[in-house]
Amino acid sequence: MSFSSQSFRELRLEGVAREFGSVSALKDVTLDIKRGEFIALLGPSGCGKSTALNCLAGLLPTTRGAIWLDDKRIDTLRPEERGFGMVFQSYALFPHMNVRKNIGFGLRMKGRPKAEIAAKVDEALGLVRLQNQAEKLPGQLSGGQQQRVAIARAIVIEPPLVLMDEPLSNLDAKLRIEMRGEIRRIHNQLGATTIYVTHDQDEALSLADRIVVLRDGTIRQVGTPEELYARPSHLDVADFMGYRNKISGRVVSTDSRTATIAVGDGEVTGTLRETLSGDMAVIALRPEDLTVSTDGKGIPARVETLEYRGHEFQGLARGPGGIELIFSSHTRLPTGSEVRLKADPAKSLAYAQGTQ
Amino acid sequence: MSAARTKPVSERLWAAAVWAGIGFFVVNLLALIAVVITSSFATRWLGTWLPNALTIKWYFEAWSEFQLDDVLLVTFEIVFAVVVISGLIGVPAAYAMARREFPGKKLVMLLFLLPLLVPPVTYGIPMATVLYQTGLGGTMFGVILANLVPTVPFVILVMIPFIEQIDPRVEAAAKVFGAGTFRLFTDVLLPLLTPGILAALLLVLVRTIAMFELTFLTAGPTSQTLVVALYYAVFASGVRAVQSIDAMAVVYMVTTLVWLVIALRFVNPTQIVTRAKQNPAH
Amino acid sequence: MSSVSVARPATSDDRLTLKQRLVNRGLDGVTMLTLPAIVFTLALFVYPFCYGLWLSFRPKDGSLLGNYATFFSDPFLYHTIGTTLALALPVTLINLLAAIPVAFRVRLMLRPRLLTTILVIPITLGTVLVAEGMLTYLGPQGWFNRVIMWLGLTNAPVRLVHNYWGVFLSLIITGFPFTFLLTLSYVTGIDPALEQAGATLGASASQRFRTIFLPLLVPGLAITFCLSFVQAFAVFPSAVLLGAPAGPTRVISIAAYQAAFESYDYSMASAIAMIMAVVQLAVVAAVLVLRNLAYRGPVAGTKG
Repeated sequence: MSFSSQSFRELRLEGVAREFGSVSALKDVTLDIKRGEFIALLGPSGCGKSTALNCLAGLLPTTRGAIWLDDKRIDTLRPEERGFGMVFQSYALFPHMNVRKNIGFGLRMKGRPKAEIAAKVDEALGLVRLQNQAEKLPGQLSGGQQQRVAIARAIVIEPPLVLMDEPLSNLDAKLRIEMRGEIRRIHNQLGATTIYVTHDQDEALSLADRIVVLRDGTIRQVGTPEELYARPSHLDVADFMGYRNKISGRVVSTDSRTATIAVGDGEVTGTLRETLSGDMAVIALRPEDLTVSTDGKGIPARVETLEYRGHEFQGLARGPGGIELIFSSHTRLPTGSEVRLKADPAKSLAYAQGTQ
Repeated sequence: MSAARTKPVSERLWAAAVWAGIGFFVVNLLALIAVVITSSFATRWLGTWLPNALTIKWYFEAWSEFQLDDVLLVTFEIVFAVVVISGLIGVPAAYAMARREFPGKKLVMLLFLLPLLVPPVTYGIPMATVLYQTGLGGTMFGVILANLVPTVPFVILVMIPFIEQIDPRVEAAAKVFGAGTFRLFTDVLLPLLTPGILAALLLVLVRTIAMFELTFLTAGPTSQTLVVALYYAVFASGVRAVQSIDAMAVVYMVTTLVWLVIALRFVNPTQIVTRAKQNPAH
Repeated sequence: MSSVSVARPATSDDRLTLKQRLVNRGLDGVTMLTLPAIVFTLALFVYPFCYGLWLSFRPKDGSLLGNYATFFSDPFLYHTIGTTLALALPVTLINLLAAIPVAFRVRLMLRPRLLTTILVIPITLGTVLVAEGMLTYLGPQGWFNRVIMWLGLTNAPVRLVHNYWGVFLSLIITGFPFTFLLTLSYVTGIDPALEQAGATLGASASQRFRTIFLPLLVPGLAITFCLSFVQAFAVFPSAVLLGAPAGPTRVISIAAYQAAFESYDYSMASAIAMIMAVVQLAVVAAVLVLRNLAYRGPVAGTKG
């Protein structure tokens, strides 16, 4: 494989911040990225993930902090001097250039010899499987094909870093999953260090080696997909990772690893994820980990709706104090029936109340 | 913007040069307007930076000499008629153009574009010829007709994108809920279209007050608008005091700019010229 | 549109009433709302134009081409074409070349509204008022000459009115804002992500302008040039008030006006108006042909 990501050991962000007037979009972000890693910046809209990417690309100046590529400080360089590849949300393909010209643009700007450009562009076309579309204009391509051109254009310059800004958000659901596989395949093939911005946790979980969860301009958690999925360190991260039930209650017992809270006349036990303060706690858990109890213990609740989901039923029940509980069931339950719901303590996570 | 990133000197010099050019243009433009205003209040102004003393007598003089009360009345009658008629003809046409596909639509669009693309002097002379032969030349009605030639298409072209951005399902919903054509128009369309119509008609108003060529070519002594009267006054300058003409120019400026200021509350300044952006021929 | 015929049996197309068939083609009551505007434009724009064309071939001497023969044999008449072009072409070119960098600066402004409002003023006031202001402002006793003499740039007042330069400057003052605002609308129509993409791919500011912006702007700039040129070519009041209408700035509209309203020769006036239209059309056609030679690609390529 002749594409190689230019050699470096690590990319370091040191206290990077960006303010727009009095609004800080990014606060004190510090992060180390190793060569060859696939990093996903994950968060809801307005969390600062796109700002972070634009600061890395040089499209937005930083207000504080520094970005280092090994020993070279790069946040003072203009975007054209950084040599990073970037894939834009809108693709930003040059509408007046055909596919070949679009992909070769970066190499032409570097003044590479024509023969070399032609060879590299051919190889990139092969990599994204667009050999037959090389002479077409972007307007003649489908969304997925435009996406491939945008990726090819970014990697053909052999950048030390590939930046992707929600590249799949303009595609329909089926194509999104297909392109997700494609991006992973290209990354495996080239090993280019990639930073990928997304608000879709499925995308982040399936693509990334490490996920950085951002919220309100600060990093909330950094970890592998498995860590984030199973052990979110904050309640808001848990919320983002699909922990849709958040049950708060008075702590009745606690030890070094777990906490138990009272809910009505029942109890729920969860694994501690942070130090509790006060006598209230919140337990977060996924719908699939909240099931109907057969031994009469657990949270009392009344079933309100039940939907068939293929392999099981998912229902909404109203618990003590009117809290909404989303649960799973293997059997159909009549609306209005009284049940008790139990949680798996290993998969229920306990957080301090009000630390969100 | 406090990042250590520095732009090359050449880039900053270029930016400074461009700003200097913009500044030079704007300063001269404002000075040009200031000259007219200063002169209109000057008792005597020859060979000095500023006039010796100020007076408002030229306004009274201009008012009687140029019969400005008559001229203003005629101007507003013409402008009012042009605004109302171009709205009545233009808005329904714009609605149809925005909502229907029909054979020959491109041709119709071209028909509406041409009067805006061809300068008034070019078509004004044959048009004035026709108006004079039908006996309308020199009358107020002739001037109104002439001014409608560019304003009807202008209303259409301003209104089409405005109507297009109103979701047609709103009208469909109104029909489903039993609104007849009349109620659909009065209860649904008119309230939705009012901001657009207001903007388009204000622009027509400003353009018609300032429309020199067509009025000049078709107006008779009793159907002159302010801008044409101003032209004749400047043309025959030397007959009357410069200050008197300048006083009339200020009256004209105020009449135009008041409406411009009102119009700019509703439209973007660029809309005054960029109606040609809708040009499908490009 | 086809829903009505689909809802019926396939063979029943001939049973549709005329009205239904018209509706199927988009010709219903709503479409008819265009009729007043169409009739009006045909009657007051197209008909006079055609009538003028016909009239231009019916000169006073009874021959077919008498007017055109007179025009092209009398230097006092045919020179007006050259005079007008000598004003309109350089002015349009200067306005366009100045508008491009200014539009690129203004594009980056957060609040360009004040500037665009100031620039709209000369367009709104119109050529007559600008001419009146310039007569005093640029005159030998005017502020402009006083300033450059005070700065020591010249000893005697520079003559800027009642000659070529007076008309030239008035066309800049009223024409530049028009050209600029049109250019600005094309420049801001280009997706900023395209420039960012160019920057991340290593293109410097001047490379981005040459390889990305310019090719995408060419169609819009060609249209802007055409519209600005056509306006400048029709220069009339400022050529009379600020120029030397008997000589160096005797532009073609003055010749047409004099034929119509001083000699009352409507046939000749129509002929001059037609010649004016043909010259405008020729320059516009030349620009569009040049554009097509210089630029191959999607014409409507300004949307990302």
